[in-house]
Amino acid sequence: MNFYILIKTTDWLIMAKITLKKLSHSYLVNQNNDSDWALRGVDIDWKDGGAYALLGPSGCGKTTLLNIISGLLKPTEGEILFNDKDVTTLNPVERDIAQIFQFPVIYDTMTVYDNLAFPLKNRGLSDIEIDSKVKEIAEMLELSSTLNNRASGLTADGKQKISLGRGLVRSDVNVIMFDEPLTVIDPHLKWVLRSKLKELHQKINRTMIYVTHDQIEALTFADQVVVMHEGQIVQTGTPVELFEKPKHTFVGHFIGSPGMNILPCEIKNGQINFEGKVLPTNTRIKKTNFSKTQVGIRPEFINFSNDGIQVKIKRVSDTGRHKVVDTECKSGNIKVLASASTEIPTGSAHISFDQKYTYAYGDNWIIE
Amino acid sequence: MNKTFNQKAWYFVIPVFVLVAFNAAVPLMTVVNYSFQETFGSNVFAWEGTRWFKEILHSERFHASLGRQAIFTFIILLIQLPLGIFIALTMPKKGWGVPVCLILMSMPLLIPWNVVGAMWNIFALPDIGFLGNSLNSIGFDYNFTQQSGDAWFTTILMDVWHWTSLVVLLSYAGLNSIQPAYYQAAEIDGASRWDIFRYIELPKMKKVLTLAILLRFMDSFMIYTEPFVLTGGGPGNATNFLSLDLVKMALGQFDLGPAAAMSLIYFLIVLLICWIFYSLMMKNEART
Repeated sequence: MNFYILIKTTDWLIMAKITLKKLSHSYLVNQNNDSDWALRGVDIDWKDGGAYALLGPSGCGKTTLLNIISGLLKPTEGEILFNDKDVTTLNPVERDIAQIFQFPVIYDTMTVYDNLAFPLKNRGLSDIEIDSKVKEIAEMLELSSTLNNRASGLTADGKQKISLGRGLVRSDVNVIMFDEPLTVIDPHLKWVLRSKLKELHQKINRTMIYVTHDQIEALTFADQVVVMHEGQIVQTGTPVELFEKPKHTFVGHFIGSPGMNILPCEIKNGQINFEGKVLPTNTRIKKTNFSKTQVGIRPEFINFSNDGIQVKIKRVSDTGRHKVVDTECKSGNIKVLASASTEIPTGSAHISFDQKYTYAYGDNWIIE
Repeated sequence: MNKTFNQKAWYFVIPVFVLVAFNAAVPLMTVVNYSFQETFGSNVFAWEGTRWFKEILHSERFHASLGRQAIFTFIILLIQLPLGIFIALTMPKKGWGVPVCLILMSMPLLIPWNVVGAMWNIFALPDIGFLGNSLNSIGFDYNFTQQSGDAWFTTILMDVWHWTSLVVLLSYAGLNSIQPAYYQAAEIDGASRWDIFRYIELPKMKKVLTLAILLRFMDSFMIYTEPFVLTGGGPGNATNFLSLDLVKMALGQFDLGPAAAMSLIYFLIVLLICWIFYSLMMKNEART
């Protein structure tokens, strides 16, 4: 108890390590199969002060996971620890978290100042403390000039800054969570707000979790990106790791533009057999008993060569910086990314894969 | 640019003009016509100028029924709005309770007005009515046909029963359109239940509540059928509201001139109050 009070009253002691243990959630009362679960067996270890992104398509469970961490939802199974202290049954106020939602949530009838002061008033701070805190945060978010305006009169990005400010104004927050906060912001302001967030993260050094379905937002904001798919975490890693070594075919598809080429292949004697050839790879393949085996290679790591896999060139699209070449072989379509200056052969051609980035997948998971 | 000038499209507007003329302009102008003249039937008219208007504006009878009307409307708004909001707040948001509540709430609104009056008349009769009989049997001296206080009580109770649902349904629709994120943000900000109502629900319901107040004001200010069937304006003149009084003057006494003048004043009062109220409510809206 004493320790808890200490955390609340001293800034320097705030250390929020977040641990999720075997977290599962279902919105149904009875669960019969995997699709009844919004989250399945999620395990996460997040360090204090990190910037993390939860990335995945709509309906993958990322908002559910966020609401469980913030305490708005109680998980069906599993537990949540903040600094090794079980908070699974605590409500959002007791957990001391801040959350910013998809669209700006503001109190229409209050001024900007009162909006920012509201969470502090509810926590019983003195007027002097509130005033200095509010002014400090308003300064940081460039809201000082509008403090006395009615919040409902602001533009969408101004309103979203208020939502953000209501989270930042409290010095006791363990973690700040963002649920696709830039959805309603104009494209040119997205950049401004995103770099503002990045800057804030460096300045205040709090743990931040950013939920998005936009890979660019996730990769630019976070040090560590958690990719979710159908209620499961398929890979956690730095943006580079996710790009260079996708642990799951979904990560390959979802990250990168165009996504990874994933084609059916056979695994024999620890080797990838594709189109009647053995594909060299740097990873060692040990297990072979899968119902479905595939080979994955990113378009960036394919080159035109004199021998190799024979393909038909179907279409070349020039994006300016590089060319995306659609090719076809017996096993399916392969996209190749070539630099703008590359001469693209016409008709049929041969391509070779960079063996460092050629991976075998068994039942969608990487074989290694 | 070559533009063809052809005004024939105006012909398409003629049906609208005819319709509006027959359902609004002609009847209204007939009333205006009557209000400046004296008639003894058989289409004989004599010009009276503004005499009827002056008479009505200075008549104690008009003042009394206007006063009764204002008090009645004020009381029912005072009861129905908070009660309606309160019921809407306690109604379930999902599950089987939603249709049950919605149907229960809609029922009073679906009953024809004169049936409501007749129902409550029988319901409240002191000797055989369930309400009247029960009140008397537990010791209240209740008789709405003879005691003006009881007549008021019954009329207001009837109107609350009949029309609170409208406020409930409008508020419920307003409440349901609030995004869950507002409640979640409030929870995170540590807001109390009262704060949530004061800073989220009430501001978000502002538009539907404006509508509810306007509708309830207009309907209650023009109430006729239900009190006509329930009390007929009595006992004495106790529940003689404006429209009841107007009908008595026009059809009971056949004072068509004064009745027409009173109709116009009545109409202007309703219009003026609605306009003032609406402009006040929308003033802030325009600014934001």
